[in-house]
Amino acid sequence: MIRWLQNRFAIIVAVLVLLYLFLPVAYTFVFSFNNYRKSNIVWNPQGSPTLKHWQDPCGAPGVCDALVTSLQIGVIATVIATVLGTMLAFALVRHKFRGRAVSNVLVFVPMATPEIVLGASLLTIFVQGFSRVGLGLGFWTITIAHIMFCVSFVVVTVKARLQSLDPRIEEAAQDLYAGPGSTFWRVTFPLVLPGIVGAALLAFSLSFDDFIITNFVSGNETTFPKFVYVSYLRGIPAQANVIGFSMFVIALTLVILGQLIGNARRSSK
Amino acid sequence: MATNSGFREATGDLRLESVTKAFGDFRAVDDLDLVVPRGSFFALLGPSGCGKTTTLRMVAGLEQPTSGRILIGDTDLTGSRPYERPVNTVFQSYALFPHLTIRDNVAFGPKRRGQKDAMERAEETLRLVEVDHLAARKPAQLSGGQQQRVALARALVNRPEVLLLDEPLGALDLKLRRQLQVELKRIQTEVGLTFIHVTHDQEEAMTMADTVAVMNHGRIEQMGAPADLYDLPRTTFVANFVGRSNLGTGRVVDRDGDHLVAEIQGTKVKVPLARAGVTDGEVTFGVRPEKVRVLRQPPETGGDDVKGIVLDVSFTGVATEYLVRLPSGAVWSCYEQNLDVDPIDLHRGDDVWISWNPAHAFTVPVDEAAAKAAAEATA
Amino acid sequence: MSALAHVGGTSGTTGAGPAGDAPPQERAGRRWLPYLLLLPGGLWLLVFFVVPLLQLFTVSIQSQFPGYPGYYYRDVNFSNYLRALTDFAPQFGRSLLFAALATFFAFALAYPLAYAMAFKAGRWRNIMLIAVIAPFFTSFILRTVAWRQILADDGPVASTLNALHLLPGGRITETAAAVVAGLTYNFLPFMVLPIYASLERADARVIEAGGDLYANGFTTFRTVTLPMSMPGVIAGTLLTFIPAAGDYVNAELLGSDGDKMVGNVIDSQFFRVLGGFPTAAALSFTLMALILAMVFVYIRRFGTEELL
Repeated sequence: MIRWLQNRFAIIVAVLVLLYLFLPVAYTFVFSFNNYRKSNIVWNPQGSPTLKHWQDPCGAPGVCDALVTSLQIGVIATVIATVLGTMLAFALVRHKFRGRAVSNVLVFVPMATPEIVLGASLLTIFVQGFSRVGLGLGFWTITIAHIMFCVSFVVVTVKARLQSLDPRIEEAAQDLYAGPGSTFWRVTFPLVLPGIVGAALLAFSLSFDDFIITNFVSGNETTFPKFVYVSYLRGIPAQANVIGFSMFVIALTLVILGQLIGNARRSSK
Repeated sequence: MATNSGFREATGDLRLESVTKAFGDFRAVDDLDLVVPRGSFFALLGPSGCGKTTTLRMVAGLEQPTSGRILIGDTDLTGSRPYERPVNTVFQSYALFPHLTIRDNVAFGPKRRGQKDAMERAEETLRLVEVDHLAARKPAQLSGGQQQRVALARALVNRPEVLLLDEPLGALDLKLRRQLQVELKRIQTEVGLTFIHVTHDQEEAMTMADTVAVMNHGRIEQMGAPADLYDLPRTTFVANFVGRSNLGTGRVVDRDGDHLVAEIQGTKVKVPLARAGVTDGEVTFGVRPEKVRVLRQPPETGGDDVKGIVLDVSFTGVATEYLVRLPSGAVWSCYEQNLDVDPIDLHRGDDVWISWNPAHAFTVPVDEAAAKAAAEATA
Repeated sequence: MSALAHVGGTSGTTGAGPAGDAPPQERAGRRWLPYLLLLPGGLWLLVFFVVPLLQLFTVSIQSQFPGYPGYYYRDVNFSNYLRALTDFAPQFGRSLLFAALATFFAFALAYPLAYAMAFKAGRWRNIMLIAVIAPFFTSFILRTVAWRQILADDGPVASTLNALHLLPGGRITETAAAVVAGLTYNFLPFMVLPIYASLERADARVIEAGGDLYANGFTTFRTVTLPMSMPGVIAGTLLTFIPAAGDYVNAELLGSDGDKMVGNVIDSQFFRVLGGFPTAAALSFTLMALILAMVFVYIRRFGTEELL
């Protein structure tokens, strides 16, 4: 018995930890069916579980506006951060130039800086400098901030992919009559693409889920996490649970689908 | 995408004219002159770091020489880009494009050159190397040997003027290596292209190549047909790197007709003048181990001989190797074929005579460092 | 999110090979290319990261107009720092302590999970990997609020424990333990992924060989497995400690007034205290300097320069 436990110790702990990770998600799911009266904090034992929040996910005031804002910012920030970060990664891995070490530090330090410091510092320039040029706190200041903190993560991800690339593969392309442009677009880029896609997904999830920095630079604009945080005191509407859980399901489906396609490709003859 | 606008047609022998490649203070290739005749199978043999791969990369255009010229026929290729040269490479570890199918890998070169029948050419070449049934797969789904064939096909399909092979068999196991050696040779004969094969495996170089150039410290030590290199090494390094040699250092003391007489650690030995790389002063004298016979009694007829003590006997099937300590302290290695007559029953500690025909002996310049380096590289 | 896994593990992959594997050679005219690639992203980081930090610094040494709360003038006045560090020392200490505890617990939970994923999961490996990442897709605030409800006084956990008289204080929320638990939960995947990445890269055969050399399983772990996963452990602890030390959401939602962290102070000094800007700036700057100093010492100590 003891040996059996010893052998499976890691697996048992792993399963328990995974359950722990999923507990709040399950809670969110269950409470999306709560037929509550005033606030969705305790389960209403009188009301039977209801589908009404799922049938009307925008039923709570502001929740869908916040979601749309988050999605818009997420997409814009992802696209720009991915482009900027990928370019940086190529420069840092593929070229030797003056100031490379400094650039590496410049990319690393934002990741090592607490979000609250990033938020606070951005707030000081947005308040003191940018309002003068007509850029008040809101949608665009949030987007700017998100791009800033996503860039570093994109760089790290793409860099790792680039570094694991065998330089001989590109040499082989050159050897087979591909010029610099052809080598890049037909060989280098397709091989780095999975890294870039991974970086983009990472950037989107970081942006979509960010609260601390957003809260500093958002002014009156409300993103989805901010909506949840602000409405917490009054009780979070079950529609937020519906949306939160739906995002979870959508993202999970996409990831699993991607996995399956990848597996199918690998095993196809 | 016509990116091969700068492509240079060239045909003829490959010539390297005093080519030097320096990385900082280090001269990877040092003032190299070399002519590889068109259509030959040429091997560059040497230990790692000897400059053979750098030489290959300069021919491919992946490195530019610090000085000197690289030509095919009369066309100077120095300074041109890899994609402008009629030269293709089979890379060490193959460097297949992991995201493309085997067919697309092979068709890559012809497509870049805008050849309409790229796909047919690819199929045809895949048939030549006998992996056409794998055309639709990705490289990751192939075994090492199959990837090697694809890498070869990907270079061959372009019918380059010169085909470069960078340790192409290094990652394969011994049996597969032997098999592919034979096949590479067959393919080379069939297509008639110039092959330049870089390897550190002397056996591989000798079985495949028409001409072998032995490189060390960025220079060519000796070049010639495999049998000639083996029979008459011209430097200590070659004597030890291409096969093994029993070497001893001493002085030339006399002439005896068309033979040179040298005293090597107390023993007088003879070397035909035609085989003497050095005829004066300090020399290193050598004999190949299989040319030395081990005897229980002193030999009756001519030849040179020395008395010694058996240090070790190792039976290898076809032959037996004896290590014999000579009075000077030197240890010689002797291979005796295990023929059906008189197996000599020798043991550690037995007194023996070793003897050889002076016609097989040679002298080379004294070079302790090279002797040591070569012995380590082949160990 | 799997990308985070790379943070720990880029060690030793930079092209090494014979004959100086320089990147494909550049024509002389392309020397400006790296700068062109660098320019937009570098400029963005310069304008929206470096400049704001400098600005934050100048704010942190401003002085208040006496008698006019909320108005400051440009000055070189380090008393804000002194005040920030004396008045808010408890919050500072708590931030570091809570973050350290959360990092420790996250490590204790993450290592077996990562180990199981790398060596025991077999074909379940990818499913488990997805399972680690998946909770991220539900908003982090939503999950923290969920914890608050789960652990609430009248919630299932607290009432069960109370019925059994196992809860000394009578409650879970509004305690420091709840804050640490929340921090541990929120940053756990950041610990799992890098450790998993470095374990996965480690050769299982080496670990088996270790098992042959040392009969004792724990010795094998300590002398072979753990050192091999060190880059991942370092990345994981940094990725957990840094955000945990700066967090204020967990303390706000799960803790009492006595469990506030430096993040809460910065937040309230900025938004709710008139004239709190310089103090908040000084606090932010101190926090950042402290963390950066720790990070660099830590990286030097364990020698993973690849992180940079």
